[in-house]
Formats: sequence, structure tokens, C-alpha cells
Amino acid sequence: MDTLMLSRIQFGANISFHILFPTITIALGWVLLFFKLRYNATGNVRWMEAYRFWVKVFALSFAMGVVSGITMSFQFGTNWPGFMETVGNIAGPLLAYEVMTAFFLEAVFLGIMLFGFSRVPGWLHTLATFLVAFGTSMSAFWIIVLNSWMHTPQGFEMREGVAFATNWFEIIFNPSMPYRFTHMMLASGLTVAFLLAGLSAFRWLLGDRSNGVRVTLKTGVYMGALLIPVQIFMGDMHGLNTLEYQPQKVAAMEGNWETQSNVPLLLFAIPDEEARENRMEVGIPNMASIILKHKADGVVPGLNDFVAEDGTVMHPPVAPVFWSFRIMVGTGFAMLFLSWAAAFLMLRKKRGPEGIPTFMYYAMVPMAFSGWVATLAGWYTTEIGRQPWLVQGVLTTEMAVADVPAPFVGTTLAAYLSIYALLLAAYVGVLFFLARKGVDGDVPRPRTPLSGQAIAREIPAE
Amino acid sequence: MNLFGDPAIWLPFTFAALMGVSILVYVVLDGFDLGVGVLFPFATDDEKDMMVASIGPFWDANETWLVLAIGLLLVAFPTAHGTILTALYLPVAIMLIGLILRGVAFEFRVKAPTPHKATWNWLFFAGSLMTSLAQGFMLGKYVMGLESTWGTWAFASITAVFLTVAYSMIGACWLILKTETQLQAKAVTWAKGGIWGLVLGLGAVSLATPLVSPRIFDKWFTMPEIFYLAPLPILSAVMVLFLWRSLQRLPNPTDAGARAPFSYAIALYILAFGGLAYSFYPYVVPEQLTIYEAASAPESLMIILVGAIFVIPMIGGYTALAYWVFKGKAAELRYD
Ligand code: HDD
Ligand code: HEM
Ligand code: HEM
Repeated sequence: MDTLMLSRIQFGANISFHILFPTITIALGWVLLFFKLRYNATGNVRWMEAYRFWVKVFALSFAMGVVSGITMSFQFGTNWPGFMETVGNIAGPLLAYEVMTAFFLEAVFLGIMLFGFSRVPGWLHTLATFLVAFGTSMSAFWIIVLNSWMHTPQGFEMREGVAFATNWFEIIFNPSMPYRFTHMMLASGLTVAFLLAGLSAFRWLLGDRSNGVRVTLKTGVYMGALLIPVQIFMGDMHGLNTLEYQPQKVAAMEGNWETQSNVPLLLFAIPDEEARENRMEVGIPNMASIILKHKADGVVPGLNDFVAEDGTVMHPPVAPVFWSFRIMVGTGFAMLFLSWAAAFLMLRKKRGPEGIPTFMYYAMVPMAFSGWVATLAGWYTTEIGRQPWLVQGVLTTEMAVADVPAPFVGTTLAAYLSIYALLLAAYVGVLFFLARKGVDGDVPRPRTPLSGQAIAREIPAE
Repeated sequence: MNLFGDPAIWLPFTFAALMGVSILVYVVLDGFDLGVGVLFPFATDDEKDMMVASIGPFWDANETWLVLAIGLLLVAFPTAHGTILTALYLPVAIMLIGLILRGVAFEFRVKAPTPHKATWNWLFFAGSLMTSLAQGFMLGKYVMGLESTWGTWAFASITAVFLTVAYSMIGACWLILKTETQLQAKAVTWAKGGIWGLVLGLGAVSLATPLVSPRIFDKWFTMPEIFYLAPLPILSAVMVLFLWRSLQRLPNPTDAGARAPFSYAIALYILAFGGLAYSFYPYVVPEQLTIYEAASAPESLMIILVGAIFVIPMIGGYTALAYWVFKGKAAELRYD
């Protein structure tokens, strides 16, 4: 493989690994603040129990996010120098604002939030929790602004092949930013909702009936049930916006080759780029036209419009976009069914968690990571759907790549991949380990209590 | 906008200065916590917990200075950014992997099942070591003008070792400040052992820099420039002496002067950094690209500067708050 392909895989692997953890911390920060405020208001220890358990998950996820984020910030220079050389005047300030307004805020107050509970007054601890949550959301805001600008660039002019900013308002509030940001924040909320529900369900299945588990289970299920319809609605809006600015991406998402009316919504197909047609289509007639144009005979753009005279393909690879989009939407509907069913059963006759049948608890455990699946699938749709462009209409991915020898990139890629696989396994393992430990009442059982001191030390070591 | 004359002159300078300051703050702050990691194998298990406790609330913010420094390089000098980072491709990757390993080890070593703790402790050490060595290697390559020959490779390997020793020295000084009893006594020994690395490192870089570049040679050894530079080596020698003497007095029952070694170590870092900055200015890629040639559009820099003027003092403020909240001797880390 050449340097370009390897660099793309490496970037994709690094950002995919990175996004897993911010997706958790962005919303979990606010959920922790919610727990803390409920505790402040009610004085009920179950909220503190919930806080104490989930702050550990937060700390772990945060560390994973930080270290993978640092890798990200070096990637631009090591693998994509053409990116900064061409659009640095725009990307630079956005990244700088992210560091200045978000990273320091969260990194500094994280220390106080995690370890300061008994060292600072209660209000300062609550404030620190708020600032960390706020900081993670600010990170998301700035980076999404940049990413959205790469999809729908405006507010700049090109001089001698370099982009110069002309209007910062237009750059920040570019057409896809509001949709992308909302959709991402909701994605984060959903990821956390199902993680809360899933880990709590795991503890429930192990026989834990403590108030701490009940409260997080309910928070997770209700949060999921409330957010998912909003997400589906926002997803639809997002798609309509994309149709306006990046029709070739929507054509790939729909697997639609010819610009035509009465386009079906394909549930299954194998897009074949050689033959430029789909094999084994299964679809709902007229449905894509209805979703995208709100009428059955609406005309939907097709991929064949994006092939130049000389045969150069200027649309994204079809199959990955087509399939990641379906995985995301499918996961979204699975979330809808599960969370509404669970919420309904809890509310019916006010039975609470007891109202949920065991098989649904079993379903909730693997769904703990459904948010990750949908988020990654969504990002693959978005990003692969932008190819061959890196900045839509301005810079192609090929133009940005560094001339580092391919074996170098191959080596680092292999190293990253193996470390990511190990860390992911360790992370998921530790989450379930913590949950199991939580069942035993958070009092760790020392393996070999050599002396009284050994027992005393195990707790504080966290 | 012509408040200070031509913005194409003073803006790049300002940004080079900002970048320099963040690199300096980074090597001091992350230097001490990396150093603590490098010292891990010399400590007992209980001491390891205490060592991590002394840096636990700070390490993340410390590392953020690296993100700021690289961010400033990226935003203010985009062309230089690409040249430098592609030239340092492999050491950067090693550093990043080191940072990943040690960063997650902070959390995993206490959250994973107890039998795994030893492995995570080991990874914490390995990650810290990889990071320090890689940074020292990059320093060496940079001083050698980013050339790739056997000679530069050998020199960079030497700086890699010296920087690692220098980090563990400042890490030990931090431990003297933050710990008590036996661990503190050990830290004093470690710090004494580390001084040679610092001295040799300073010496090696100081010898090599003027030899590699005739321009820097002139800057150092012609009249009257020689007088601008002269205070640096003299002050450094004095600081090493002070550092040594302060270590002789420690540990002591009243803990008097426990702060001193760390302060002298910082002063040494500042002096060393000042020397480098003085030599390389105005180049950002040694002997190839000056900060004025590499700078991005003044409009974009202005936007960042306006933000920086407000935000950087705030960052300073809440960083100070964090150090104040966790002042005094380190206590075991707990969430409640
Ligand atoms: C929990 C996560 C999650 C869920 C359940 C959904 N999405 Fe999504 N989706 C994302 C998480 C996400 C994301 C990761 O946040 C993306 C990637 C980039 C972005 O803006 O959001 C995304 C992108 C994305 C795009 C691509 C936009 C573009 O870049 O051009 C569209 C059209 C949709 N989504 C539509 C939907 C629809 C119709 C859904 C209905 C079920 C849906 N999403 C569920
Ligand atoms: C966080 C979720 C994200 C995921 C999962 C993701 C995923 C991907 C993937 C899979 C590619 C490769 C596309 C291809 O080559 O076919 C890619 C490309 C790229 N993305 Fe993203 N992306 C994300 C966010 C971002 C953000 C926030 C930025 C910018 C600030 C960004 C910048 C880029 C760049 C520079 C490339 C070019 C490299 C390439 O084309 O391979 N991405 N991304
Ligand atoms: C190319 C793209 C990206 C780069 C260069 C990048 C860079 C970074 C860096 C350097 C950090 C560590 C900050 C620290 O030291 O505290 C970080 C953390 C973070 N990033 Fe990213 N990031 C990228 C993509 C994203 C995306 C797509 C999102 C979310 C939508 C995101 C959200 C966050 C958040 C919330 C944190 C805080 C730490 C955490 O929760 O893990 N980043 N990122």
C-alpha cells in the first residue's frame, strides 16, 4: 500500500479510537453534574453513590480521550502537512481556540473534580464539575466547527492556493455546523444513556438491587427514551441539509445511481461500482423520494452526475457510505424500541425497574455500546462521504498527504492498532470489573490482608 | 492596526515568544511528572502510590502545554510545522505511544483488578521513559538542523539520555517538595545522582550548537555578542552549585529548604532554554526557515492573539488555584 492509503487508514483508526471517549465524557460530565446537584438538593446518598461510581468511569474515559487526542493533534503535522499549509489560516485559529478555551479548563478542573471533594468547599467542587462538563462541550463545539467547515466551507477566499479568512462569522456558523453539532451532542447523550442503562442492567442481573443502581438505571432509560426521537428528527434534518450542500454524499447513502424520481428506500443492496448499479436490491418504493423531497415523485440526485467527462469519479466510494449509514439508522431504531419499551414498562403501574423483564436486561447489556456503533457508523458516513475531498471543493485528500516513506507509516500504523486493541479490551474489561465490584458494595476485598494497613490502603489508592 | 508598527514583524515574534514560553512551561511541568515516572523502578510499591499521588491532580494539565505548544507551531508557522514533524516522524510516534501508555496507566493501575497493577506500573514507567527519550532525541535532531546522518543520530541518542536524566532530576526535586520521610530521603539521593546528567547535557548541547552552525558560532563568540551570552553559563554554574548545596541540607527534621532544589532546577531549565532560544532565533526550522517566512496570515494570528490575551491569564489563574488546592505534602488520592 502507498503512503496515502496507509495515512488514511492511520488517521481513520486514530480518530475512531479518539471519538469513542469524548462521546462518553461530553455527556457524562453533565450527567455527573446532575447527580451532584440532585445530591446537593436532596441530601439523598443514592445520588452520591451514583456519582462515586460514574466518576470512575468518567476519569478512565477522560484519560483515554486525552492521550488519544494528543495523538490527533500531531497527526496534522506528521501525516497531512498539506492540510495546514492550505487551510491553516482557518483551521489554525479554530484549533487554537479549542486548546485555549476548552482543553485547559477541563484538564485543570478535572484534578479538583476528581480529588478535591474533601479539600475544597462543596460549591467549588460543584463548580469544578460544571466547568469540566462545560469544557468538554466547548471542545466538541470548536472541533465540530472545523469539521463542518471542511464539509461546507464558506467565509474565505483563495489567494495563490492558500485559503484566507474573510468572514469569521460565516466560517463558524457554516451551513452544516448547527446540524452536525446538535447531532453529535445528542449522539453523546445517547451513548451515555445506554452505557448507564447497560452497566446498571449488568449489575441488576448480578443481583444488585441497591438504590444507586436503580437511580442510574432509570436515568439511563429515561434519558435514552427522551433523546432518541429528537436524534432521529435531527438526523433527518441533517440529511436534508447534506442533500443541499453535498448531494453526491446523499446519493451514495441512498445507493442511487441515476438522477430520477420515485426513488425507493433501499433496505438492502450490494452497490457495485464497476458495473455502476446495485445487486440484490430490497427497498420500499418511493420512500427515499418522500423522505428527501417530501413527495413520491421527488427527484433525487444520482451518482452518475458526479463522473467527469474523462471518466474521473468525483463521488465517494459507494458501498462503505451506503452501509455505514444503514448501520447507524438501524442502531438508532434499536435504541428507540429498547428505551421506549423499558420506559413504558417502568412507568406502567409505577413498577420501576422491577417492571422490566429479565430478557430485556439481557438486551441492555450489549446495547451499552450501541452508542459507539452508531457514532462511528455516522462518522464513517460523513467522512467517507466527503471523499475524494478533504475540504469539500478546496483540497483533495491526496494533495494533503506527507511524503513520509510508506514503511514508516506502516510501522506506526501497526503499533497504534495493536495498542488500541489492547487498550479497548482493557477499558471494556475494567468497566465491567468496576460494575462487578460495585455489586459487592464498593468495599474491595483485599486478596491477602497481610496487615491492617494493607486493607486500609487499598481504598485510597483510587 | 499599526499600533506597534508592521504586524508582519511583531506578530510572528510574539507568537514565537508564546510558543517558546509554552515549550518551556511544558518541559518544566511535564518534565517533573515524566521524571517521576522514570524513577518508578527505584521505588517500593507503597512509594509508587505516593509518587503517583503527588502528580495525579496535575499531569493532565501539564500535558496540555504540549498541545498548546504544538498548536501554536501549527497555527502560527504552518509550513515549519509540516517540515519539522515529518522530519521527526518516528520519534514523534514513539513519544505519542509513550504518552498514551503512561496516561492511561494512571487510571488503570488503580481501577483494574489488583493482580494487574504491577503490569500497569510497569507500563507507566515504560511510557514515561519512551516519552522522555523521544523528546531528548528530537531535541538533539533539532539542534543538528534536522539532518539525518549517522553523526546526528548518535548525537540525538546522547541528548535522549541526558534529557531523560534531567527529567528524572527535576522529578526527584518535585518529590522532595511533595513527600516526607523515607521516600523524600530517597528522592534526595536520586536528585544528587541526576545532576551529572543535567550538567553533561547542558555541556553537550552548548558545545554542539555553535559547531553545527557557523551563524550560531558567530553569535556566541564575536564581540560584543559574547557579553550578551556570557551571563547564561555563569548563572547556570551558580545554580548547579546552589542546587548541590541545597540537596546537601536535605532531608532535615523541620523540612527547611525542601522547596529549594525544585526552584533551582526550574531556574536551570529556564537558563538552558534561554540559551537555545537565543541561538536559534530567528529560525524556526534551523538554518532553513525563519519565523517571519513561516508565519501564517496576520489576520489569522490577530484573531488568536486577541483570544490569547484574555484567556492565558485565566489559564494562569486557575492553574495557580489547582496548585494551591493541592499544596503541601501529597496525600493519598481519593475521590471522596
Ligand atoms: C448515537 C449516535 C447516532 C444515532 C442514533 C444516529 N446518528 Fe446520525 N450521526 C451520528 C450519530 C448518530 C454522528 C456520529 O454524530 C454523525 C457523524 C457526523 C455528524 O454530524 O454526526 C452522524 C451523521 C449523520 C448523517 C451525515 C450527515 C453528513 O455529514 O452529511 C446523517 C444524514 C445522519 N447522521 C442521519 C441520522 C438518522 C436519519 C438517524 C436515525 C436513526 C441517525 N442519524 C441516528
Ligand atoms: C470524531 C469522529 C470522526 C471520525 C470517526 C472520522 C473518521 C474519518 C475517516 C474514517 C476518515 C477516512 C475517510 C477516507 O479516507 O475514506 C477521515 C478522514 C479525515 N477526517 Fe475525519 N473523522 C472524525 C472527525 C474528524 C474531525 C473532527 C476532523 C477535523 C477536525 C476530521 C478530519 C479529517 C481529516 C483531516 C481526514 C483526512 C484524512 C483522510 O481522508 O483519510 N475528522 N475521518
Ligand atoms: C482531528 C480532530 C481532533 C483533534 C486534533 C483533537 C485533539 C484533542 C486533544 C489534543 C485532546 C486532549 C486535550 C487535553 O489535553 O486535555 C482532546 C480531547 C478531547 N476531544 Fe478531541 N480532537 C479531535 C477530534 C475530536 C472530536 C471529533 C470530538 C468530539 C466531537 C472531540 C472532543 C474532545 C473532547 C470532549 C476532549 C476532552 C477529553 C476527553 O473527554 O476525552 N475531539 N482532543
